[in-house]
Amino acid sequence: MKSTTLGAPVEGRGRIAKDRPISVIAATGFMIAFAVYFLTPLWWLIVAASKTRADMVSTFGLWFSTDSFALFDNVAALFTENDGAFGRWMLNSFLYAGVGGAVGTLIAAMMGYALAKYQFRARNALFNIILAAILIPVTALALPLFLVFGAVSLTDTFWAVFLPSLVSPFGVYLGRIYAAAAVPDELLEASRLDGSGELRTFFSMSLRLMAPALVTIFLFQFTQIWNNFFLPLVMLQDDALYPLNLGLFSWNSQVYLAPDLRLLVIVGSLVAIIPVIIAFLLLQRYWRTGLAAGSIK
Amino acid sequence: MTVNLPAGHLERSAPTSGRRRMSFTSHTGAILALVAPFLILLTLFYLVPIGYALVQSFFKLERSSAFGSPREVFAGFEQYVHVLENAAFWGSLGRVGVLLVTMVPVMILLGLLFALLIDSTLVKGRRFFRLAFFAPYAVPGVIAAIMWGFFYAPTLSPLPGVAESLNLLDSRGIMIALANIIVWTVSGFNMLIMYSALQAVPQELYEAARMDGAGNVRIAVLVKVPLIMPSIIMTGVLSIIGTLQLFNEPTVLKTLSKAVGLDFTPNMLVFNTASIPNYNLAAATSVVLALLTAALSFVFLRITQKRAFE
Repeated sequence: MKSTTLGAPVEGRGRIAKDRPISVIAATGFMIAFAVYFLTPLWWLIVAASKTRADMVSTFGLWFSTDSFALFDNVAALFTENDGAFGRWMLNSFLYAGVGGAVGTLIAAMMGYALAKYQFRARNALFNIILAAILIPVTALALPLFLVFGAVSLTDTFWAVFLPSLVSPFGVYLGRIYAAAAVPDELLEASRLDGSGELRTFFSMSLRLMAPALVTIFLFQFTQIWNNFFLPLVMLQDDALYPLNLGLFSWNSQVYLAPDLRLLVIVGSLVAIIPVIIAFLLLQRYWRTGLAAGSIK
Repeated sequence: MTVNLPAGHLERSAPTSGRRRMSFTSHTGAILALVAPFLILLTLFYLVPIGYALVQSFFKLERSSAFGSPREVFAGFEQYVHVLENAAFWGSLGRVGVLLVTMVPVMILLGLLFALLIDSTLVKGRRFFRLAFFAPYAVPGVIAAIMWGFFYAPTLSPLPGVAESLNLLDSRGIMIALANIIVWTVSGFNMLIMYSALQAVPQELYEAARMDGAGNVRIAVLVKVPLIMPSIIMTGVLSIIGTLQLFNEPTVLKTLSKAVGLDFTPNMLVFNTASIPNYNLAAATSVVLALLTAALSFVFLRITQKRAFE
């Protein structure tokens, strides 16, 4: 994006000089105020998770306690509470979101690739159905899904949450854009001349070319499944099958009966959001270009 | 970005060389293998459930006598009449309606302001701000609501004085309490979508406007905003859908505040109706809500005269 000509930096500096100081101060102040707004709850979460129950009440909420640093004790307590329920929920979340997201990404990429690279009769009709499906929120589907899974006696099973999560119309939409952009027709033609079958070409060449797109699709789907609350709430009774946020919600609903849980909900919330934040930070490069492609077209 | 050029190129070349090269029949097997997994899953977990809910919504449970076992009988539009006569349904719609006209504009305007400022030369440390504003999006709605719940409750809040004076958990404050959680979670996401679109605008366009003597604000309003309109509209549509379907955050707030009832939002009403259980009525309510969501998105897209998803 950046121009490498000599003129560019001079041009840039000239532009900054034109900004009036008062505008710079106003804009910076505005941004700092909102940074405080966005980061304070997260900061509080870190601070509160490091305190003992007594310190949580007696010390200032937005700064660490000077007497004790109980973060590691709290984390240990988190994972032992209720026979290690939290660890199980975490594993469940990784299975639903990690495995489900990965399988779903591959399926969406195949569909998107077919839409981008082949002419076939139902292509436009299918694409329109997929666009319509993007507009259907997961919450609107949860109850109908419950009725269908109920009809085949599969509610309250792992599959009731896992299987519906595999479908990502938005993933197909991104996959189509990326396949069109990343896989040149000439390469496909060349591999055809070499006698490679269409599917072999897809799995050995096209999929590799689409790798950055796959990361983007995976991240979106991972976040969506990780955050999904309505579907597991509707489907699951057995708390051994809960994902993290449903587990934390169930603890949070019991704090009036068991006050000890309050601190564990805080520590658990912190532990639950760390994987997503790390994933977002590490894979920034990918989802930002993914967003760009998804929003402009 | 460059990503879009080949896509456009493909569309243009398709009718000429494309059709000759990729015949309708030669790759049928491969195409089927590629599309089958997704289409099967889409059918099983999108189309069939929606169809089943539609069917369910036209039935009702009837008992032959007070102690007889219930059986399903066709009821026509009876469930739909129940939905439309249900004051709780209209009440829940009213609440999300208020959020639609107050919170959604705030969320989009904030996102747009952040995006424009991060795209401008006015602010230093733009990378930091971008990450700081987007970070809340990584927090699941349930956890965001639990976290803010601590701030709202005067006895638990790290800022008890503020929590007490604002009193956001009573019946007057609860809408602000809810809106705040959503704005906190989603504004950064809206910012990022619009910022990504701004990044893709060729810089020469700004240079041209600058040559004509346009200042930063004029360029932002007259050049940048119109150029990224499709992205702004996309965030608008997503926000409308998200607001009508609110469930997670108010459900968490219900454990903290008496002001949130079981029917606070339409989706909470659906969930509650289903747990009674009255699946037929719940299905009808779901269908009405889905139709309403689709209609509103459609009207919004028509009014703005743009197609955000194409």
